[in-house]
Amino acid sequence: MIEKALSGDKRYWSWVGFLAFAIGVGTLAWFRQYELGLTITGLSRDVTWGFYIAQFTFMVGVAASAVMLVLPYYLHDNKSFGKITILGEFVAVGSCIVCMLFIFVDMGMPFRTPNVFIYASPNSVMFWDTVVLFGYLVLNVIIGWTVLGAERKQLPPPKWVKPLIILSIPWAISIHTVTAFLYSGLAARPFWMTAVLAPRFLASAFSAGPALIIILCLILRKVASFDVSKEALQKLAVIMTYAMCINVFLVLMEVFTAVYSSMPEHMAHFEYLFLGLDGKNALAPFMWVSSILAVVTLILLLNPKTRRNESILAFACVALFVSLWIDKGMAMIVTGYIPNVMGVVHEYMPTLPELLITVGVYSIGALIVTILYKVALTVKKNVA
Amino acid sequence: MAVDRRKFLRLTGLAALGVAAKPIGILAQEDIPAEISGKLPQENPLTAKRWAMVVDLEKCRDHENIKDCAAACHRVHNVPEFDNPKDEIKWMWEEDFRHAFHEQEIEHLPEKFEYTKVPLLCNHCDNPPCVRVCPTGSTWKRESDGIVMMDWHRCIGCRYCIAACPYGSRSFNWRDPRPFIKETTPEFPTRMRGVVEKCTFCEERLAQGQIPACVEAAKNDAIAFGDLEDPNSKVRELLRERYSIRRKPGLGTHPEVYYLL
Amino acid sequence: MYDAGKVIVGLVIFLALLTFPTWYNVATGKATYVPELEKAVKGDQCVADTEYMRAEHMDLLNEWRDKVVRDGERIHTAPDGTKYNMSLTMTCLDCHSNKANFCDKCHDYLSVDPYCYDCHIIPEVTK
Repeated sequence: MIEKALSGDKRYWSWVGFLAFAIGVGTLAWFRQYELGLTITGLSRDVTWGFYIAQFTFMVGVAASAVMLVLPYYLHDNKSFGKITILGEFVAVGSCIVCMLFIFVDMGMPFRTPNVFIYASPNSVMFWDTVVLFGYLVLNVIIGWTVLGAERKQLPPPKWVKPLIILSIPWAISIHTVTAFLYSGLAARPFWMTAVLAPRFLASAFSAGPALIIILCLILRKVASFDVSKEALQKLAVIMTYAMCINVFLVLMEVFTAVYSSMPEHMAHFEYLFLGLDGKNALAPFMWVSSILAVVTLILLLNPKTRRNESILAFACVALFVSLWIDKGMAMIVTGYIPNVMGVVHEYMPTLPELLITVGVYSIGALIVTILYKVALTVKKNVA
Repeated sequence: MAVDRRKFLRLTGLAALGVAAKPIGILAQEDIPAEISGKLPQENPLTAKRWAMVVDLEKCRDHENIKDCAAACHRVHNVPEFDNPKDEIKWMWEEDFRHAFHEQEIEHLPEKFEYTKVPLLCNHCDNPPCVRVCPTGSTWKRESDGIVMMDWHRCIGCRYCIAACPYGSRSFNWRDPRPFIKETTPEFPTRMRGVVEKCTFCEERLAQGQIPACVEAAKNDAIAFGDLEDPNSKVRELLRERYSIRRKPGLGTHPEVYYLL
Repeated sequence: MYDAGKVIVGLVIFLALLTFPTWYNVATGKATYVPELEKAVKGDQCVADTEYMRAEHMDLLNEWRDKVVRDGERIHTAPDGTKYNMSLTMTCLDCHSNKANFCDKCHDYLSVDPYCYDCHIIPEVTK
């Protein structure tokens, strides 16, 4: 089937070429980082995880969100999702690979990463996170490819994939839960040490993920005349809306607990995020943008009239995605370190090479998703 | 890199076939004439059931004293000195009282403590969160004496331990440290870029029968080191006589560095 | 198979290129070259016999490393009862003091690049 990705129009090839270029630039930047060390990033003794780990965390959510298509289709037999479920699974494949690459580029000793398996340490959440992420990647590759292969031959998918599909549902929940446990189990970082971190991660994932799928569907409809039903998009939009409501609710729970209890070590982080601390407030403007976007999207999405208008829906999806990306992809990780364990504020800003490597990694993911989508859409077109 | 690659290939490939490394005893010649090597480590190392450190803050008002201790530590362990604080690596360093005991939210501090510099280092916790989170066993608590050890051959540089440490005791090698080491101590290795490092209670010196470098350098017995399990040890004696505090005891880590007020 | 001819020709060219270094070395007589290593400056015996050391020293060093770092054991007792400090720089390099003419020569020949000395400090060559 893969050969179907080798024939496309000019637009397809220029997009692939653009991604290849971005990957090339990112790779060069990574070579430099490998040579000189992570000193070329904005990370420091005080803020030791930054942009890479934040992108990893965000993309685990996107990967997990495939379940929001799989679950309604396979468990509730929601026919309208039949056509787009594969899109979710292939986004999950791309996202898993992106996650692994972000971990890889963040390692001080990237070529020692097999040590995680050679000296497997079940007491470490990171070990389990690696295991579940690998498992989820394998599951989605097998499921997506088999179901698509069957569709090409116009046969029902083989019986043995069904248990795998069912398994992939709790597995999706597990990847983001375990990723939250990476952070929420650390007494040293009060900002992360909250029981709602895992539910909050899931809620934000289940709104950001579907938002991305809706955006992708709308793009594919334009550029690849992929005929996605309005019904499917609307259902997805409703899922996204509910998840976003829960997410905002959980964030407010966190703010309440920290502020009302007034415990300094909990409050300091929120203070830094929204107001700034010791005159340092690099993240505050972003957090306000994120909050305003969250409110605006909720207004647009909760109102059926605006939600049903596809142009407004598209705007709301982009706004929601940006809002959650700022929250998770910029603020969530770094703020755990600000202020540091001694109450001192040292800020963090990613550097240019760090951003180039990030763009490179995302481009690899985009290329994988592009190729997989190209195959999937060609198969679907030939069948129809 | 070659060692890693070889090890990896062997583990995935050969190990699967059951080809394990042969014990050297079998292969070594049996009729080698006995000749004692002159460079054996001390046969009487310092041992304890539970190493602990007691710092007398009364004696830390002399800043030079603490500075000397840290300098001695950094010298014997080839700890680099960077111009850019972002890259900083420290095994032992001085911090003012309010920051060192930040969780105390101190409002009124006796004047003497305003001028006290608190020496900070790895607390060698009895329940170390860094060990719990390490995905490769590169840091572990030695069961024999409670020292939280580091294996720089195995560390993948994920920095999860740094996230987990509530004391800021761990440093990461953001860049190659070698050009930034002022004088090199050849007996101790340097590190390479990409691994995490920290104080190891001078386990390599204890093995040679020597006390930790900072303890040795401290004037007026500002730092005591000994076996916490031994009721007659110096550290137990001090803890019996004076009131002591530890950093963030509420987190359940059971730090084994005590500060006498 | 489609284009069987082309595929086979391609494979042959690929294999020829892949094995070229071997043929080249055989043809130029370089295949018989063996690096000559400097003899140890002191001591008449190693911790194990030469044949074993030549082939397996990396395993021995790994074993020593794990014993010292992880188990806190520092003394290696040879079968004849001789005791050695399990240390690359203090024991191995004490006798084989010229790293360049010993370690590096063979490692370069075999094109392996162990990174022991990225951290371990090479003692000054003692004459």
